[in-house]
Amino acid sequence: MFLEFAKGLSITFKHLLPGHSTTVQYPKVKLQMSDRFRGLHRLVPSQDREKCVACYLCPTVCPAKCITVESAENEKGEKYPKIYTIDLLRCIFCGYCVEACPVEAIEMTGAYELADYNRDDFQFTKQRLLK
Amino acid sequence: MMPEMLSLSNSPGIFVGVMLVKLLAVFGVTIFIVAYATWWERKIIGHMQTRLGPMRTGWHGLLQPIADGLKLFFKEDLIPDQASKVPFLLAPLMILIPALITVAVIPFGPDLHIGNFLIPQQITDLNIGVLYIFAFTGLGVYGIVLAGWSSNSKYSLLGGIRATAQMISYELAAGLSIIAIFMLSETLSLREIVSLQQQDLWGVCSFVPNWYIFSQPLAFCLFFITGLAEINRTPFDMPEAESELVSGFCTEYSSMKYALFFMAEYANMTVISAITVTLFLGGWSAPLNIAIFTMVPGFVWLLAKVFALMFFIIWLRATFPRVRYDQLMFLGWKVMLPLALLNVLITGLVVVILQ
Repeated sequence: MFLEFAKGLSITFKHLLPGHSTTVQYPKVKLQMSDRFRGLHRLVPSQDREKCVACYLCPTVCPAKCITVESAENEKGEKYPKIYTIDLLRCIFCGYCVEACPVEAIEMTGAYELADYNRDDFQFTKQRLLK
Repeated sequence: MMPEMLSLSNSPGIFVGVMLVKLLAVFGVTIFIVAYATWWERKIIGHMQTRLGPMRTGWHGLLQPIADGLKLFFKEDLIPDQASKVPFLLAPLMILIPALITVAVIPFGPDLHIGNFLIPQQITDLNIGVLYIFAFTGLGVYGIVLAGWSSNSKYSLLGGIRATAQMISYELAAGLSIIAIFMLSETLSLREIVSLQQQDLWGVCSFVPNWYIFSQPLAFCLFFITGLAEINRTPFDMPEAESELVSGFCTEYSSMKYALFFMAEYANMTVISAITVTLFLGGWSAPLNIAIFTMVPGFVWLLAKVFALMFFIIWLRATFPRVRYDQLMFLGWKVMLPLALLNVLITGLVVVILQ
């Protein structure tokens, strides 16, 4: 019995020695996010416009129904999204939109510090998603 | 001219002045230790759980106790509607005051020779010092029971009842383990107990002091464990038991009244360490009778030993889970008490044979 007591004490003492802490001092030190981390979305731009062709696959597959797309035609006769909004308050960051996209026009970044003060600020419009 | 002991009769003015200085010093140091024990505990437990503990307030969280105190001051002071008001207000004081008052008999150095007077480095040298300590640590439980009962809440009441049962079972074994010390020292005055411990070990080994831990290792273990149970520290923190009783007897308390309970817990920890050090580890005397060690002032050794014991208590808290209630009672009545009685018996036999 006493041997077990000593064992337990030695384990906790070992952890006390410097270099055993696993804490990251968060706002000062930040961990490198994995490439596959699912953070804030980003619309990928091409030469003069966004890659998106407004095919409506992402709002269809979205389980949280947080993506709003309205398509239109530009002067070259190409389909493009006139409105593309992601409601982050509804988004569950599942990444299905990225999987569904046939032209790889939407991707997820490593940004995770998404807190804000107004509900309206969580509506990510096309302009904000293109950044 | 022979220096004489400073007392109220030979020089009342100086006596009162010196006494005030001693009181302020001892009280200040105790409060400081109590405040920083919280920081120290959070740091040590944090690191033992591979965390860092407080880091933000000041350098490595050094200002944390002050921040905590300020926060508790600004909290709403709530008294439950159904509580019995007077005992509810009285209970925090009844825990804290006995804890702080016990420090008065702990000697913290040799007599100072100033002018024609000898000034003892101890607030008061009672010839029944140990009895006084036991009386006041025993009083502490009234605060817990009153707090539990007057809050008029089930969790608090259960905490209070547990504290009573625990105190009764462990006070006995603690008292009995100390009796073996008196058999050796033949005095109850802490000052003399410390001076006896400065002699050579069993009159043979000249550089090791005659600490009672060497002659009474069993009594030391018993006293330390029962001490832990008496001050409600983990693994015997049944009266508070966060996971079972919310917060036990202090569930209904808030603001500074809660802070008083908190302070009392750490004050108790300091006091029990100081008592153990004085009774078993030679008090303020140096660990080896070597000139380099004995040159260091007594209070440094006392504080060093107290801090070492407090570290051990915190270390225990980080390591062991809380014992179950029936295990606690089993340990108290069926293990500690017989062992303490046996220790008294053996010590008595040895003392008689050696005479």
